[in-house]
Amino acid sequence: MSAPPLLSVRGLTRRFGGVLALDGLSFDLEPGRILGLIGPNGSGKTTFFNVLTGVTPAHGGEIRFDGRAVTNLPPQAVCELGITRTFQRSRLCLPLTVFDNVALGEHRHLEHGLLFNLVRRRALRRDFEALRERVRELVALFDPPLAERLSEPVAGIPMIDRRRIEICRALVSRPRLLLLDEPSAGMTSEETRRMMDDLLEVRRRFGDLTIVLIEHEMGVIERATDRCVVLDYGRKLSEGTYTEVAADPLVKQAYLGPG
Amino acid sequence: MSADLAAPRATPRAPAAAALGLAAAAALLAFGFLRAESQAAVGWIAAIAVAAVLAAARLGALRWASRGALENERATGAALALGLALLVLAFHDDHFTLLLLARVLLVGMACLGLHVQLGMGGVVNFAGAAFFGVGSYTAAVLAARTPIPHLAVLAAGGAAAALVGSVLLLPLLRTRGHYAALVTIAFGIGFRTFLEVNDALGGPQGLNVRGFSLLGLSFNESWSVGGFELSFYVAYVALGFLLLGCAFAAVRRLETSWVGLALDAVRLDETAAAAFGVRAPRWKIGAFTLGNFITGVAGALSAMMTGYIAPNAFTFQESLVFVSIVLLGGIGNAWGLVLASFIVVVVPEKLQAIQEYRFLLFAALVVLVLVFRPSGLVPRALRRGFGGAA
Repeated sequence: MSAPPLLSVRGLTRRFGGVLALDGLSFDLEPGRILGLIGPNGSGKTTFFNVLTGVTPAHGGEIRFDGRAVTNLPPQAVCELGITRTFQRSRLCLPLTVFDNVALGEHRHLEHGLLFNLVRRRALRRDFEALRERVRELVALFDPPLAERLSEPVAGIPMIDRRRIEICRALVSRPRLLLLDEPSAGMTSEETRRMMDDLLEVRRRFGDLTIVLIEHEMGVIERATDRCVVLDYGRKLSEGTYTEVAADPLVKQAYLGPG
Repeated sequence: MSADLAAPRATPRAPAAAALGLAAAAALLAFGFLRAESQAAVGWIAAIAVAAVLAAARLGALRWASRGALENERATGAALALGLALLVLAFHDDHFTLLLLARVLLVGMACLGLHVQLGMGGVVNFAGAAFFGVGSYTAAVLAARTPIPHLAVLAAGGAAAALVGSVLLLPLLRTRGHYAALVTIAFGIGFRTFLEVNDALGGPQGLNVRGFSLLGLSFNESWSVGGFELSFYVAYVALGFLLLGCAFAAVRRLETSWVGLALDAVRLDETAAAAFGVRAPRWKIGAFTLGNFITGVAGALSAMMTGYIAPNAFTFQESLVFVSIVLLGGIGNAWGLVLASFIVVVVPEKLQAIQEYRFLLFAALVVLVLVFRPSGLVPRALRRGFGGAA
């Protein structure tokens, strides 16, 4: 073994009624890697994100992050560890501006004292301007024109840029682990390709960011990931590089049916 | 390279003069409305006001003026203060009109508390009148039985409302939507019943309340300045304006701060907010408590101004009036509250003909607003900057 794993999942189980959404899932993820999480619809990918981020509790098993047990922590505590995510269906605050939405990602580093916010307006304004500059730079990495529209409400921003805003919101606090839930959903293949370029570029700049990527677009998985975990009915079906899992007969069967 | 896409500041700031113009027009209409004696005159002026607003809206002038007012809040506040001062001067010995003005300010302040809860934190409160009442009864008891200075009594009224509100925190945090609304409705009704059966608080007959006094200066005496007779309500209007102004400025500052951003996130999407570390219960508790405090202070001063309080003044119906003011003004826009408070408090008092049917008319008005202008008379404005940055 090289570096100790950043994320380590052991026997993770989650039931919804009689359905096992996660059935004894186990895998390790080393720091600085990109892991692709793939599998047919309903195989438990998003459930894994929800359990990891404390949205839905696990019924069994354990998750360790950087050596600490983090199973069933509340979402806020998971965020404080440096784990952020995007959502499968966009969860931006539509009436708020682009800046407001990205700034929410920095929530835990913002000064929320009543006196500070009421009285120390100049300091607040300085903080705001510093953060706006950071947000502008981050957004410009993805889409320079979008960086000029920070004061516009998200409701008027096209879908692809909303996805970028969501990724920026997850990145602005410089997380250690980024969870991306189908970033290419609803995009053309050209848009998807650009999105992946941007993301790899961001990763180069952020150094050792570790990413778990849920994706149905196999081209993306092939190009962007170091390793893949294939899920089916909540169980790990296969694990390895993309070429390895793509050649696995079990994976073919899960996707295409017994043939 | 993308000038067409990059158009954040394409719309120039509307001038501050627009705020002044709007305030002048508002003060003029208010003056005419308050001065008019006969029902016909009142009716005509109301009709003219509505026509003027519609015409201005048609011509786009209203949009321009209101943008100017909302983008230059200091100028708007100053212009309104000036307008109010002129109104007070014009009605300096008219008890009834001044009482109405003071009531507009205090009802506006009570609704500002609701605005913090509903408009900012997304916490429903259908017991506004009950928290107003907690402030009133606290002021009555403290002013009658203790030598506490009256400014501190006002603060105590707010603190008592905030404290009583904490009883509701647990059920409020565990329920959502309609159920949370029901919790506050039950509390509001229970509060009134509690007052009616509580003899120590005067039972159904209520309590007399001592007038406000500051540094030995009683607010309940008429003053004459250089042969100019001033109604004692002038002092209450001034104090009411001061309190409302302070609360208003504080609320607006919070809205353009990280606090406002966190509350927006909680209101709009609790799940996403939690994923970024926002502790929703903490923010809801904060918004609910701060809102009740503001409402309670307004209630305390209101009791000392009217000199008498009874359970009948703090009914569920009265709470609904508060909520309808918030709906009418525009959920999430504090400026709209001031306008809506004026309409809801003053119009039925002046138009005696509709006095009997006022609740029916409010109901109709609220329904009309919800259908034709769902975001209220003055819709929520986009936050463009923090800490006063544009």
